[in-house]
Amino acid sequence: MEALSLVLGIPLVGGLLLAIWGGGRAGQDLNAVVSFLTLAAAAWLTADVIRDGPLLVWGEWFFLDALNVFLVTLTAFVGFTTSLFSRPYMRIEVDHGKMTPGRMRLFHSMYQLFNCMMLVALTTNNMGILWVAMEAATLTTVLLVSVYRTAASLEAAWKYFILCGVGIAQALFGTILLYLAAERAIGGGDNALLWTHLAEAKHLLDPRILSLAFVFLLLGYGTKIGLVPVHNWLPDAHAEGPTPISAVLSGLLLNVALYAVLRCKVLADGALQNGLPGQMMIGFGLVTVVAAAFFLSRQRDVKRMFAYSSIEHMGIMTFAFGIGGPVANFAGLLHMTVHALIKSAIFFAVGHATQKAGSQLMEDIRGLIKVSPTVGWGLMLGTLAILGMPPFGVFASEFLILTTAMRELPWATPFLLIALGVAFAAIFSKVQPMVFGETSVRPLAHSPALLPVFIHLGLGLMLGLYIPPYLNDWYQQAARMIAGG
Amino acid sequence: MVTLSGIVAQILAIVVALALAPLLTGWVNQWRAWLQNRSAPSLLQPYRMLHKLFNKESVLAESASPLFRIAPYIVFACMALVCGIAPTLSTDLPLATAADAIALVGLFALARVFISLAAMDIGTSFGSLGARREMLIGFLAEPALLMVLFSASLITQSTSLANIVQTIAHQPFAIYPSLAVAGVAFTFVALAENARIPVDNPATHLELTMIHEALILEYSGRHLALIEWAASLKLLAYSCIGLALFLPWGIASADTPLAMLIALPVLIAKLAVGGIVLALIETINAKMRLFRVPEFLATAFLLAVIALLVHVLLGA
Amino acid sequence: MDALLAQSINLFAVVLLVLAFAMIAQRRILTLIHLFTLQGAALVAATLVVAYLTGQHHLYWSAAITFVLKVVLIPILLHRVINRLNVRWDVETLFNIPTTMLIGIVLVIFAFNLAAPIASLSASVASGTLGIALACVLLSFLMMIVRAKAVPQVIGFLSMENGLFFAATAATSGMPMIVELGIAFDVLVGILILGVFMFQIREQFDSLDIRHLEKLKDE
Repeated sequence: MEALSLVLGIPLVGGLLLAIWGGGRAGQDLNAVVSFLTLAAAAWLTADVIRDGPLLVWGEWFFLDALNVFLVTLTAFVGFTTSLFSRPYMRIEVDHGKMTPGRMRLFHSMYQLFNCMMLVALTTNNMGILWVAMEAATLTTVLLVSVYRTAASLEAAWKYFILCGVGIAQALFGTILLYLAAERAIGGGDNALLWTHLAEAKHLLDPRILSLAFVFLLLGYGTKIGLVPVHNWLPDAHAEGPTPISAVLSGLLLNVALYAVLRCKVLADGALQNGLPGQMMIGFGLVTVVAAAFFLSRQRDVKRMFAYSSIEHMGIMTFAFGIGGPVANFAGLLHMTVHALIKSAIFFAVGHATQKAGSQLMEDIRGLIKVSPTVGWGLMLGTLAILGMPPFGVFASEFLILTTAMRELPWATPFLLIALGVAFAAIFSKVQPMVFGETSVRPLAHSPALLPVFIHLGLGLMLGLYIPPYLNDWYQQAARMIAGG
Repeated sequence: MVTLSGIVAQILAIVVALALAPLLTGWVNQWRAWLQNRSAPSLLQPYRMLHKLFNKESVLAESASPLFRIAPYIVFACMALVCGIAPTLSTDLPLATAADAIALVGLFALARVFISLAAMDIGTSFGSLGARREMLIGFLAEPALLMVLFSASLITQSTSLANIVQTIAHQPFAIYPSLAVAGVAFTFVALAENARIPVDNPATHLELTMIHEALILEYSGRHLALIEWAASLKLLAYSCIGLALFLPWGIASADTPLAMLIALPVLIAKLAVGGIVLALIETINAKMRLFRVPEFLATAFLLAVIALLVHVLLGA
Repeated sequence: MDALLAQSINLFAVVLLVLAFAMIAQRRILTLIHLFTLQGAALVAATLVVAYLTGQHHLYWSAAITFVLKVVLIPILLHRVINRLNVRWDVETLFNIPTTMLIGIVLVIFAFNLAAPIASLSASVASGTLGIALACVLLSFLMMIVRAKAVPQVIGFLSMENGLFFAATAATSGMPMIVELGIAFDVLVGILILGVFMFQIREQFDSLDIRHLEKLKDE
């Protein structure tokens, strides 16, 4: 209970403090400290949940089980490492005149509030509050995407706001329908939207309402996940916002949106009993993977390319959760973790690389390894990891997903394999000359923060070789829960 | 079944309509003048005008065919018949069984076709211009009118106007959202069909904008009188249909023939208020450009369709 | 009396729907804001009637919030924005209104079909209105697609929120209070951010035409 209040309270208070003192160098340190404290509180909370099992906190307002507590830790962790990365990154941006103290205040404050909102979304037991927190998380990042005030960033932020606003409005309609079903099954009132109550009564929920509700929820939250064809905001927001924001958008926000869909899927599965939600997710996931792989091969902007790679991986996860069952769910959760870690690591490396080259176009970034071997290797290893090379964790999860798909849905496997192949060829052929070869980039005043990159890669590597038993336990518990057990 | 009271009601309805129609026109003109701060013509001005025109010689163009001569009579007959079908005073009308709401729209169309043919008959450019504009408006207004009548008949499961009004008037008061929307659509159609602002200006002879006046430019004498009278009848018929559909209270039905005694003052009161509202609409709106008219009528059609859909969804 | 009040909810629902259509076809920004205000007022009226009929006291509160937010605060903000941006008398050229309207009708039919089987399941006083609410949402969506200026797009966004709110009130007799508060807060913050945005866009492009915002494309 205290742990949860700290997890939610620290970023909230931190966000308010940073709105006042977040402008100078001290602000950057304060930002990192707040993020670290959040991580510590999240670790405490996790320890509580491991010890005592699922928790209901503050009456029934907040609920913690294996599924969300691992995402809470992941969110706090990536939030912390990103704050470390953003220190030197933002210093350089200030030197370049792209950021002013006022904008830095905005950036830090919104960064913490964004974290806070994601943690609320993850921990709340109320499906309505989940929606509110998701929308609030969008609002906090909209201003971050447009923080440079360039034409392109304004356009990206406007698109982000309007498209996500429209998308999330569909999710609200789905939530209303969910409430309608709950009203009939367990009576109205404040408790009718609590997930724990809904999950207990999921067999009583009317299947007709729930099937319609799930369509809207999937489309709505799917906009945030970046599912094709409602993904258009995602590459723009990733490419035009500051790189730390690209890292947390890809690593965290997409996960939280997928988490929301998973919670809804459990309810819809229970009510429908016909596997329709899973089939819809399989369909969307497959389309997303294939479309993203082909879009990806046509990109010239490095951040855009990796944004499409995020879309592709979200598609893989959606596909995996769509298949359902303990193994596929396990693989999906593992993929969520390693993707969050490795994709944010890539964005850290890309951030430094683009600052050195002064451009986001891949043809302008050449021979990183000559100027900064660490950034070069970081980018190269991260790319190999995200492409699913063994022994990184992505390989393990993709292997599990592919083998399950071969067993359950043989027709889908060729599509997946082709998409993965296209993505591999496209990304590798573009990253290789960026890292090796003749150089065109120059060194910068502040040394890059590469510790986060290698911590993330190290963890990703570890998860490919060895999953600690307690983590394994979490995953299995969560996988069973999503499978409806 | 034709009863004596039915026949009385029928005759009375037509006679009242013929007598009252110019009065309504005069009333609207008077109010419009007042609202626009002009000194108003007398209430009886339309009667004087009809009297004057009937006493004048009718001048015909050399190229006029017999069609030109019979058109005013056909138009007038159509409008008189419409007034006989529309439930003005009572719903117990022997003629009403002969023609339902769809035939009613057909009667309006018949009148329109003849007056347009007659306008083109002489071969002046104004006549053809007016005919073309009139047909344009008719082609858009008729479907909208039909949709309005359909949504009313969906509620009552009948296309006979008398039955519709009978059903709506003699059941406990209920709010029909579909009828509310249909009412707005009907107002739009009525404004367009009766050559009122914002579609046409009944008081203008400006060649660029006129529609109705361009049609009848070649008529004079008793022909013109008949056409003007028919126009008044049309206004009265539309007003009565609108009032009967959307505010049906006070209309007498078959089993209460004496209620006709109350129905007449009620009708006059409703028409008086309706006339003021029409004058008000004409005062506060400006005439729209001709190419906006299709949009105006498309809106009416849209509203009528919404009414229909809403009825299907809500059952009310 | 109660029966009449229940029927009046349907009437308000239809008013919302007709206003949604009117907003699609409206060229003047100023009139658009008036229409939006009217829509908010109809929403408040519908909420009050539902609150009275179901005896749910929290609905009075949400009616009050809606009134403050959508009839007073947001219209005032919008008026200020269009004054400051000097677009008060802007008239947008809209092509193909009839086609848009036809698409709108198709959307309405689609929404009604989607909601029809569910409507009978709702215990609320105004169950049939779920279809109308969904239709309003889709129509606002259509409006956002066809509009090329920033302010109308934002108004479309807000009117979509109106449709959703109406769905919550009419079909389920109100979501839990805390959720409604959260939604209201999000809307308010959202509109403030959008306001800030419009100034930034104006500064950057000298125009509020979002056709300028079509540079980012996948080549």
